[in-house]
Amino acid sequence: MTPSVALSGWGRFPTCWTRLAAPRGPTDVKAELSPGGVIARGGGRAYGDSAIGSSRTLDMGRMNRMLAFDYETGTLVAEAGVRLSEIIDVFLPRGFFPFVTPGTKFVSLGGAIAADVHGKNHHKDGSFGAFVEWIDVMGADGEVTRAGPRDNGALFEWTLGGMGLTGIILRAAIRLRPVETAWIKQQTLVAPDLDAALDAFERADEATYSVAWIDCLASGKELGRSLILLGEHASAEDLPPEQRAHPFRTAPRRKRTVPFDAPRFTLNRHTVRAFNAAYWRNGSKREGEALVDWDSYFYPLDAILGWNRIYGRRGFVQFQCVLPLDRARDGLERLLLETSQAGQGSFLAVLKRLGPERGGLSFPMSGYTLALDFPVNRRALALIERLESIAIEHGGRFYLAKDALLGARSLHEADPRAGLFRQMRSERGMNGVFGSRQSDRLLL
Amino acid sequence: MSETGKQRVLILGGRSDIGLAIARRFAADGHPITLAARNAQTLEDDKADIALRNAVEVSVEELDVLDTEAMAAFVAKGAAPPGIVVSVIGVMGDQHENQRVAEQAALVMRTNYEAPALALGLYAELMEAAGEGVLVGVSSVAGDRGRGSNYVYGSAKAGFTAYLSGLRNRLSGKGVHVVTVKPGFVATRMTDGMDLPQRLVAQPEEVAEAIWHAVEKRRDVVYVKPVWRWIMGIIGMLPERVFKKTSL
Repeated sequence: MTPSVALSGWGRFPTCWTRLAAPRGPTDVKAELSPGGVIARGGGRAYGDSAIGSSRTLDMGRMNRMLAFDYETGTLVAEAGVRLSEIIDVFLPRGFFPFVTPGTKFVSLGGAIAADVHGKNHHKDGSFGAFVEWIDVMGADGEVTRAGPRDNGALFEWTLGGMGLTGIILRAAIRLRPVETAWIKQQTLVAPDLDAALDAFERADEATYSVAWIDCLASGKELGRSLILLGEHASAEDLPPEQRAHPFRTAPRRKRTVPFDAPRFTLNRHTVRAFNAAYWRNGSKREGEALVDWDSYFYPLDAILGWNRIYGRRGFVQFQCVLPLDRARDGLERLLLETSQAGQGSFLAVLKRLGPERGGLSFPMSGYTLALDFPVNRRALALIERLESIAIEHGGRFYLAKDALLGARSLHEADPRAGLFRQMRSERGMNGVFGSRQSDRLLL
Repeated sequence: MSETGKQRVLILGGRSDIGLAIARRFAADGHPITLAARNAQTLEDDKADIALRNAVEVSVEELDVLDTEAMAAFVAKGAAPPGIVVSVIGVMGDQHENQRVAEQAALVMRTNYEAPALALGLYAELMEAAGEGVLVGVSSVAGDRGRGSNYVYGSAKAGFTAYLSGLRNRLSGKGVHVVTVKPGFVATRMTDGMDLPQRLVAQPEEVAEAIWHAVEKRRDVVYVKPVWRWIMGIIGMLPERVFKKTSL
């Protein structure tokens, strides 16, 4: 008998009951398929209720075997439950790194595909799906279909960004990037306001990686002030001579753990404003170039295990939208004004230029994405509703991997593809078997 | 010996969750691995995974430990014995069924005592001749005292524990080390769905770590979670008159 457990996402909000099974292989997965709504769960790093099944959740953590690697092409075949952290541990010392990585390395391969995650190089390289050669998906009937850009292309595209709602991703082949070192050449640019930040992004079009931390509580002339971090993979020649013999060796980072839920009073407009101001001051002093190890560059928050607890017992939510390029400036200004006026800012607000969109339900489109964290409280929830309206007014759409709150009406208004997705699921008989709390809420 | 100078580890019952965890732990330390089990071809994915992650050589071998003749041939066929042989062979069965169905009880007894004892006994001969080697037997705390809820399994494990003890005694000073491992509850396929006190439950990786450590440090008898030594110590000290009335 599959036990019932209370599950939540990385934001620890909401918490829902679900039956939880941990399959060891396709046969176990097939046995769990039944009407009522099953969803696969990988690293549990989606913020909201994406990976909580309507009735059943499959913890894919035991299906984490790496099956084959081709050193010529950099193609890795692995089961869906393997995490990016494992891939990096194994293949970075051998000269390969994921082409696309989100801000945490603890996501699973299946989760990265289901959310079609993007990284700091989206403007240049596209999303995770751009480097997926094929996926094996178990459909509602228990049959496994291999889908790629050429074969079963429609299933492939709907599965990228399809939040696990097209079937259970069992394994996949992805291409890794050859790298010479484990280091990133980082350049920090200081942008005193929003216009300067957007200009800097447009000028840095050629940079492999670019991302900005934005002070979401700055106001007036400083509205949108940002630190923009550009990055390139360092070649062996970029390293100091003494490191060239061991280009993949980096000092292990000290891991810290947040040992308990922070009490609510620690997070208020004063502490958050002070944190943002201090981060800004510190960062501005570091303007210029630096050599940074891969872990610190890509995954600064992973070093603080359980950092989601700093928002306290009630959890937190993330708001992330993307605005199309031609309306991004006005939209971002409105979003930032609203946020700084409400004083409900987050510790780390992120701004990023995204490149062209792809099919399916994939989140990115050409424009700017803004991500903000908020503790779960009445005022923050009211603010998020206003931010949603602003995003929709400016032609924006929302990132389902972060979402915990959106209403079905807002989603379908913002993203007409959602209706097509729902129709496709119904025609192919997916909606009776695959379902999450999120898909129930959003009518997907 | 491999390129890394590490000895090959042969895991008997290599398909089990604990067996695979042991394989991964020793492979991470650079040991080449052989997994022996029934239906060995279904272990190809695990073989690929362990080899790819750790850059070690991994082989899988067909072995039915209950087929005594075939097993003896299996042990004899290699030129030299592996440096380390680990037996994870075992099956719990259902106590009620074990009480009623003799064939079922015989299977549990043979699988938990006869097969692993015979296998390690044969490897012990080869290792003694070679003057070196490590034998690891995964037994159970259930063998420390026969309990009403689990005595068919427990008695077989008790026999295996006694066998390992004797083997260790005999081979002491002959270069061959024998480790007895008593894992307690482990979260595996065997215990999936059982309602167990979580503080007493070890993950397969913890068992593997304890075994790796025991081999490195030449430990004799290892309880994976130390609390089990106390629990079984207390259970062992209860006078029979009291013990027989308990339901443990």
